[in-house]
Amino acid sequence: MPKRDLISIEDLSREQVELLLDTAESFLPVLERDIKKVPTLRGRTIVNLFWEASTRTSSSFDLAAKRLSADTIALKASGSAVEKGETLKDTAITLSAYGPDIIVMRHPSAGACQVLSRNTEASVINAGDGKHQHPTQCLLDLFALRQTFGRDLDGMKVSIVGDILHSRVARSDIMGFKLLGMDVTLVGPPTLIPRGIEEMGVKIEYDLANLGDADVIYLLRIQKERIKEGANFLPSLREYNRLYGMSRARLRPGQRVMHPGPINRGVEIGPDIADDDENLIALQVFSGLAVRMAILYRTIVGYTDAGSEEVL
Amino acid sequence: MTAAQMSRTVMRIAHEILEKNPGAERLAVVGIHTRGAYLGARVHRLLCELGGHEYPSGNLDISFYRDDVAARGAVGIIPRTPQPVVKDTDLPFDVEGTTVVLVDDVLYTGRTIRAAIEALFDYGRPARVQLAVLVDRGHRELPIRPDYVGKNLPTAPRERINVRLEECDDVDEVGLVQAGEGE
Repeated sequence: MPKRDLISIEDLSREQVELLLDTAESFLPVLERDIKKVPTLRGRTIVNLFWEASTRTSSSFDLAAKRLSADTIALKASGSAVEKGETLKDTAITLSAYGPDIIVMRHPSAGACQVLSRNTEASVINAGDGKHQHPTQCLLDLFALRQTFGRDLDGMKVSIVGDILHSRVARSDIMGFKLLGMDVTLVGPPTLIPRGIEEMGVKIEYDLANLGDADVIYLLRIQKERIKEGANFLPSLREYNRLYGMSRARLRPGQRVMHPGPINRGVEIGPDIADDDENLIALQVFSGLAVRMAILYRTIVGYTDAGSEEVL
Repeated sequence: MTAAQMSRTVMRIAHEILEKNPGAERLAVVGIHTRGAYLGARVHRLLCELGGHEYPSGNLDISFYRDDVAARGAVGIIPRTPQPVVKDTDLPFDVEGTTVVLVDDVLYTGRTIRAAIEALFDYGRPARVQLAVLVDRGHRELPIRPDYVGKNLPTAPRERINVRLEECDDVDEVGLVQAGEGE
C-alpha cells in the first residue's frame, strides 16, 4: 500500500495544494477559540527529527501535532545517537520500532527524506533537506499570500531576491508559485543564481532596480553558514547590502515584503522594513501553524473524504 | 417526502421546539454541515418568526471530530480530483449556558451527533443540547435519541436515504434508494 509522503512540492497537484490551503483555512477558527485543540489525530504518533537548527519549523510542527491531539517525540541531532555515529538508515529503523504514523525530518543533505522513507512504514514529511526542498515553507507562503491578496493568485507577480543557489525555500517556492499561476522573477548576483534555472519558467534580473511592478518581494536569507568566507560568492556582506539589501526607499507603494526567517538585519533586509507593519513576515509565521496542521491532517486522512455523511 | 411535506414538517419541528422550551431566550439553532446547516437555517428562520425573538444560530463542521479518521494507507493512492470537505464552523454566540438545538438531515448510527456534541463542548458548556432531524432511519450504534423527528423511516442497512434540498440540490425531497442504484 503506498503511503503519503510530502518530500517535494512536485508531489502535489494544483488541486491538492488548493485543498491543503482550504483545509488550513478551516483550522483558523479552531486557533481562535478558547480550546485550541481538536481530537482528530488522537492516538497518532508524530516524530520530529531535526538534524539541523530550526526554530519556527520545528516548534510549529510540534504545536500543530499537539493541536490535533497527536503524541509527539522531538529528536535533535545533538544529544542523540547521531552524535555517536548512527547512520540515517539505522535511526530510521530504530524509530520505526515505535510505530510512528508520521516522521517530520530536517536534514543537511538533499535526498535524505527519500532514504528515510525507504526505511520506514511511516509517512515522511520534508521539513527542509539541504539545498533541495522545503515544501511546507512554500505552502505556508502560499497561505500567507492568499490571506493577504485573496484566493486567486493567478497572474500575481513575485520577485524572489537573494541567494537562490543555496536556497531550498527558493526551489520549493518557485515550483509552488508557478503551480498556482504566479509570475516569478529571480533577482540576485550572478554568482548566487544557478545556471539553467530559467528552465523552471522564471525570469532573471541581476539589478534590484528592475523590480518593476512586482506585487510581492520575497527576500531570501543570506545563509552565512553555507556561504563560507573566501568562497567567492560575495565580496562582502556590506557590498551585498548595498546592491541587494531591501529598504523602504527601494520599494514601490503597495509592494509587500516576505521573508522565510530568520532575518539578517542590515544584510538582506533593512530595519525600516523589518520593523514596519506592512511586511508579511509575522503572517508567514502564523500561517505555519495552520498549514502544518493541514499537512499532518491530510497526510493521515487523505486528500479526499474517505466516508460520506451516510456512513457516520 | 415532497417539497410541501418537507415544508410542513420543518414548520412542525419549529413549533415543537418552542413548545418544549417555553420562554427560553437563550435558545440557539445549530445546523450540522452540509444539509443540516441548510435545514438549521430554515428552522431558525421559522423559530424567529413564531417566537417573535431573534434567536442566535450557527453551523458546525464535524470533520475534525470524526471517529473514523482513516488508518495509514487505508485511502491508498491520492485521488486526482480531491473534494474540499471541511467547512467552517461558525458559532457567533456564547455557547455557555445556552440551550442548543442541533439540526441534521438524517439520523442513522448516531456517530455524527456524538461528534457534533463533542465539537460543541469545545466552544463552551451549553445548558442543554437537543436534537432535531428531518428523517430518523434507525440502526443506532450509540445511545442517542432525537427530541424532534420529521419522519421515522425504517430502512434496511443497505438502503440509502437521499435528502435533497433546494439550497444545494435545486429541489426539496427525500427519497429512499437501494444501494448501487442510480443517484
